[in-house]
Amino acid sequence: MSSTTGLNSAIDIETSPLSEPTAAAPTSDQRARWARWRQVLPTVLIYVVSIAVALALCALLVSTTGGSAMKVFSALLDGSLRSPGAWGITVNTAAPLLAVAAGTIVAGKAGLSNIGQEGQVLLGAAAVAFIATRLVAPGPVVIVISIAAGVAVGGLWALLASVMKFSRKVPEVISTLLLYFIAIQITDFALTKRWLLASLSTDSRVNNGQPIKRNARLPGIELFGNTISWGAFVAIILTALIGFALARTTSGFRLRMLGLNPRTARRAGVSAAKVGGAALVVSGATAGLAGSLWLMGGVPGDRFTSGMSSNLGWQGLLVALLARQRAALAIPMAFVFAALRTGSQFLSATGVDRRIADVVQAMLVLALLVAPAIEMVQKQRAERTMTAKEVTA
Amino acid sequence: MIAFGGAIWEVLKSGSTYASTMRYSTLLVFAAIGEWVAERAGTINISVEGMILTGAFTAALGSDLTGNIWVGLLFGVLGGFLVSYVQGTLSHRFNTNQFVVGLTLNVFAVGLTAFLDAQIEPSVKAAGILRIPGLASIPLIGRALFAQTWIQYMLYPLIPLAWWAVYRTRWGLELRCVGENPQAGDVSGIDVSKRRRQAVFVCGLCAGLGGAYLTLGQTGSFTANSLNGRGFLALAAVIFGGWTLKGTIAGALTFGFFQALGSVFQAHGYKANAQLLTALPYVMALLAMLVFAYRSRQPNALARPFVRGLT
Repeated sequence: MSSTTGLNSAIDIETSPLSEPTAAAPTSDQRARWARWRQVLPTVLIYVVSIAVALALCALLVSTTGGSAMKVFSALLDGSLRSPGAWGITVNTAAPLLAVAAGTIVAGKAGLSNIGQEGQVLLGAAAVAFIATRLVAPGPVVIVISIAAGVAVGGLWALLASVMKFSRKVPEVISTLLLYFIAIQITDFALTKRWLLASLSTDSRVNNGQPIKRNARLPGIELFGNTISWGAFVAIILTALIGFALARTTSGFRLRMLGLNPRTARRAGVSAAKVGGAALVVSGATAGLAGSLWLMGGVPGDRFTSGMSSNLGWQGLLVALLARQRAALAIPMAFVFAALRTGSQFLSATGVDRRIADVVQAMLVLALLVAPAIEMVQKQRAERTMTAKEVTA
Repeated sequence: MIAFGGAIWEVLKSGSTYASTMRYSTLLVFAAIGEWVAERAGTINISVEGMILTGAFTAALGSDLTGNIWVGLLFGVLGGFLVSYVQGTLSHRFNTNQFVVGLTLNVFAVGLTAFLDAQIEPSVKAAGILRIPGLASIPLIGRALFAQTWIQYMLYPLIPLAWWAVYRTRWGLELRCVGENPQAGDVSGIDVSKRRRQAVFVCGLCAGLGGAYLTLGQTGSFTANSLNGRGFLALAAVIFGGWTLKGTIAGALTFGFFQALGSVFQAHGYKANAQLLTALPYVMALLAMLVFAYRSRQPNALARPFVRGLT
C-alpha cells in the first residue's frame, strides 16, 4: 500500500510544476524531497524488517536450545570488530571473499553461473603452497610467482568447465559443482605425498602441508593495532578494475550483452564460447587469487591443510549475488560476511555451538533475498492497481 | 592388467556388489526422480542436497521422538518438503535466482542440521531388513532388490507413479509444457509459476524420502554433514539420463555403483587409493555428462525464469 502512495506522489511531483508554475516553487522542492523519501522508505523498511525477523528467528533458536541470544550476538561483535586486532583479521578475511565475488560478478554478467569457486579457491591455495614452499628466491619474487600460479590453476579449473560447456553443452552449474568434489580429493591426495604437498615431518597423523616461510607471506601494514594484509588492497583494486571494465570497456559491453540477450549478442558478432568461456576462466582465476591471498595472508595459519578453503568459495559467491552483481556493493557485503566468519571464532566462549554462525549467516542471506523479492511484488501490485485505475478513469 | 581385469570380474559376478550398490543408489534414485520431475518443469534445484540432508535429520528427529519408523519417514518427507517450499516460493513466486536460493538453502541445511544434531543428539531406530521369499533368491540381483530394508521397496511403486504422473496426466502435460515453452503455457491458461512450484515440491517430497532412507535404512543414524555433496549426483543423474525417467534411474544406479566400489573392493581384499575412490563417482558423472549432455535434448526452458510478458 505504502509503495502505491509513494508512486502516486512521485507522479504528482512530476506534473505539479506544469499545473502551478510560479507560486509553489519552494514548496514543490520540499515536496519532491519528501516524495523521494517516501519512495525510499518502504525499501529501507522492508530490508530492516526482514533482517530483524531473521535475527529474531536466530535468537529464538539459540534460546530454545538453552543459550543466550544476547551473548551470542555480543560474542559475534567481539570476535569480528571489538577485540584488539579483530577488525584487521576481518578485513584480511574479507579480501579473498571479495576476490571470489569479483570473479563471480564477471561470470554472472555474462549469464553464466560458476558455482564451483570453492574448488577453485582450494586448488589456487594448493598451487601457492606447492610453489612457495619450494621456490628459492627473494621473498617478493616468491610471492608474485606463487600468486600467479594460484591464479593460473584456478583459471584452468574453470577452463575445464567452460570447455565442457561450449564444446559438449554440459551445464556449467553442475560441472563446476562436481569439479569441486574432485578438487577436494586431488588436494587430499597431494597431502599424502611428500613430493606434492605433504609436510616432511611425520609427527602428526593429520596430513598437513609444509609451512610457508615468513618472508614468502604477504606483508601487511599496521593500523591502530590491526594488521591489514596487502591482499585486502589487491582485492579492492581488483574489484574496482572489474567494475570499471564491465561498465566502461568494449569487452565489458560485449560480456554484458551476452548475459542480457544471447540472441542479440550472437547477431552482433559476440562469440558465446569466446566471451562466455573467458568470463568463466576469469571467475576461476579470481577464485584462485582468493585462495592465494587466503593462504599467504596468514589468517588460516601458515600451511596448507585439507579443505582449507572452508566455505570461502560459497560465501564469496553469495557476496556477489547479494550485492546483485554490483562491484561497489560487493565490498561492504564481503566485510559483513567476513565479520560473521571471524565473529564465530568467539562463540565457543558462550557455550553455544559455533555452527550457529552458519545458521545466522544463511538466515541473513535469506532475509536479503526475500527483501527485494517482496519489494518487487509490491511494485507489481502497485502497477496493477495503477493500470486498473487508468482503465476505470 | 589381467589381474585388474580379474578383480573387476570377481567384483561384478558377486551378488554382494549389487546389494551394496543398491544401498548407495536408493538415496540417489529417490532424489533423482524428484529432480527429474522438477527439471521437466524447467527448474534446477541445487537445493536437492539440502532437501536430502534436512529430510535425513527430521527423519532422525521423528524416530527419536516416537520410536516409530513410519513417523520418522513422515518427518523425513516433511523435512524435504519444507526446504522445497522455501525454494519454490522464493524462486517461483518471488522470482529470486534459483541457484542463489538453492545454494543458500544448502548452507542453511548443513548449518542447521549440524547445530540441532549437536543439541538434540537424536537416537535412531533403523528399519529392519525385509526378505521377500522367492524373489530374493534370484541370482546376482535378488539380494540387491528384494532383501533390503522395506523403505527401499517404496521405490518400486514410486517409479511407475512418477512416470504416470508426468507422461499420462493432464498435470504432467502441463508440467512438461511449462518446462518446454512457458509462454505458450501461460497463454493457454496454465499458471506457470504454480506448476513449477508444484514440481519443486514433488522434488522436495522425493528427496526427503531419500533422506529418510539415508537415516533409517542405510546408516541407522544421523551424522552431521554426512551427505557431503552426494546429493548433487542426483542432478548429474538427470543429465546422464537425458531428461528421461529410465535414463535418470540408470544414472543414479551407475553413480551409486561407483560410490559402492570402495567398500566392495575392500570386501574382496583389494586396495585402491581412497581419494581416487571418493572422487570416482564425480569423475564418472562429469564424463557421463560429456557424452550424454550433447546428444540429448534438454527441456527448452530449463533454468530460465518465467516472467510474464514480452520476451
